[in-house]
Amino acid sequence: MSEKMPSQMKAKELLAYYQAKLDEEARQAKANGKLVCWSASVAPPEMCVAMDIAMVYPETHAAGIGARKGALDMLDVADRLGYSVDCCSYGRVNIGYMELLKEEAMSGKTPEALANSPAARVPLPDLVITCNNICNTLLKWYENLAAELNIPCIVIDVPFNHTMPVSEESKEYIADQFRNAISQLEVICGRPFDYEKFHQVRQQTQRSIAQWNRIAAMSQYKPSPLNGFDLFNYMALVVCARSRDYAEITFKKFADELEELYKQGGSAFKGAEQNRVTWEGIAVWPYLGQTFKALKNQGSIMTGSAYPNMWDLSYDAEDESLHSMAEAYTRTYINTCLENKVNVLLKIMEKGQCDGVLYHLNRSCKLMSFLNVETAELIQEKNGLPYVSFDGDQTDPRNFAPAQYETRVQALGEMMDQAQQTGQE
Amino acid sequence: MYTMGIDVGSSSSKVVVLQDGVQVVAQAVVQAGTGSSGPGRALEQVRQFSGLTPEDMDFVLATGYGRTTLPMAQKQMSEITCHAKGVFFQEPSARTIIDIGGQDVKAISLDDRGNIRQFYMNDKCAAGTGRFLEVMSRVLEVDLEEMASYHFRSQSPASVSSTCTVFAESEVISLLSKGTPKEDIIAGVHFSVAAKACALAQRVGVRSEVVMCGGVAQNSGVADAIQRELGQRLLVTHDPQLTGALGAALLAYEEIMRKGKSA
Ligand code: SF4
Repeated sequence: MSEKMPSQMKAKELLAYYQAKLDEEARQAKANGKLVCWSASVAPPEMCVAMDIAMVYPETHAAGIGARKGALDMLDVADRLGYSVDCCSYGRVNIGYMELLKEEAMSGKTPEALANSPAARVPLPDLVITCNNICNTLLKWYENLAAELNIPCIVIDVPFNHTMPVSEESKEYIADQFRNAISQLEVICGRPFDYEKFHQVRQQTQRSIAQWNRIAAMSQYKPSPLNGFDLFNYMALVVCARSRDYAEITFKKFADELEELYKQGGSAFKGAEQNRVTWEGIAVWPYLGQTFKALKNQGSIMTGSAYPNMWDLSYDAEDESLHSMAEAYTRTYINTCLENKVNVLLKIMEKGQCDGVLYHLNRSCKLMSFLNVETAELIQEKNGLPYVSFDGDQTDPRNFAPAQYETRVQALGEMMDQAQQTGQE
Repeated sequence: MYTMGIDVGSSSSKVVVLQDGVQVVAQAVVQAGTGSSGPGRALEQVRQFSGLTPEDMDFVLATGYGRTTLPMAQKQMSEITCHAKGVFFQEPSARTIIDIGGQDVKAISLDDRGNIRQFYMNDKCAAGTGRFLEVMSRVLEVDLEEMASYHFRSQSPASVSSTCTVFAESEVISLLSKGTPKEDIIAGVHFSVAAKACALAQRVGVRSEVVMCGGVAQNSGVADAIQRELGQRLLVTHDPQLTGALGAALLAYEEIMRKGKSA
């Protein structure tokens, strides 16, 4: 590890530094007999962090395995256990990883697939926490983890928002879910809940989110100092460390760097930015470089994506009724009706000054993908932007073909060019 | 001035040479696609016929899945844009295009200037593609070229409803074992391809004229099934397999014109 102090690091270095530190802290916690919790990515970590529990995020961990081309080994394990390829590949990668860790713990021997895996080493959990504010897969997946490992499972149940804005009843119900989780944690930890720390953690979370939103706002400038694909990378910390200052420090640094770049007239794009696209859906982690380059080669920069915006979890940290926090955790755009989803996306496209849209029909993620066909048509009716969709998967490389993707991206580029030319005539 | 369009698809390679952006002076089709000797052989055919090689061209533009593998091409464009261009050149009244190739089915909607309004393609599935027909032709032991004549002899087309190629193959096998006439099975296969293509066309919005291109358009049985499924007239481009290459050659010509303007 470098000798540099965090205060001397660039944002990119901070990102790597804190990611590694979080994993190390989880391993240390395990070694020292402290509790480790595996958590769904948009489940509220505030309660666990207030109880000093080390957090690990399987979705981010699986994304990392995918990006390092290690998904297939984990998927094989899940395949053998009988998980259908139709199940979310984050879940399958993680269940495969868990199974290997479990085998190691029971036999004392490290299975080969684990020893050779490029995955960051994380410890087995002592409890899990999940929330169905982004999908219901996360319920069954975490219940299975808990059942396989015989550990407690905290579920934050969040009703789907068929209408917006979120109703008071719904907020009260979710706030109750938080309170219920608090009493579960008191039993699991064997000590009273630390309300003072809980308050501080909420405040910290809001400071992190404020910096995250500063970054996301940078894509509105033209040329954009922010490459949307960077958000996919920095997302790791908004997921894993939003309730810690690690996220705040890193995001502040990154936002400062972007502002500086913008002031100097620089752009994230090496070469001329010819058009700007929205990427709807999760990244294709095993092919992150290729998917980015296909766009870059034709002068397209990604300046809009609703996915990283799911972590715009702004709420009033002083609201002790927890209604505000409840509202933040339920309004994630995929937990809302189609109409609201369309509005969220329209705003993102407008803010990013996008010229076209790329929809990822992600075999893993039903909730995001199945609505995309309808979403795309509704959006085009409103803003007239050309769009294409491609088949893919966030972490199962067997469900994505670069050539098919490139053809569609190129066609989108040509349609955007055509629109520009027609506009100029 | 000569321009060349090369369309290297998944199962065939096509080349068109245009003079001054209007006249086709040479063309070739070889039934071998990307990664094979197909592109080289198609270029060789063009040379033998016209004496012209890529070096004689003012611009070479490539399209199709193999578009990035051709060192002689100065530019690559997607087959969506190339097909749209090629069809509109041949048939300026075209507003909806159905293009069925080896592994793709697409529906493209055009405005009255030939610009693409919207397009949809099949997802990762062979249903409704040339590959689907190839599989069926093998099971039925009927050459692809002969399928149309069987189609037109059918009295009551069988129903082949599965989307999945493997399922449809079993369906066809069980029809065969039940003694269903091959004419009826083949017509059923064509209607199943038509259903897939028409569903895409309906998504882009069917507006006249509807024009079909791509290798599968050579099978007049499929064209007939599509026409009946749509319930409206379907035109087929001249040399439908070459439409993409023709579009590429036209776009190559536009490329030179644009450069000329800006120079
Ligand atoms: S990728 Fe989709 S299905 Fe999988 S956990 Fe995330 S939201 Fe759920």
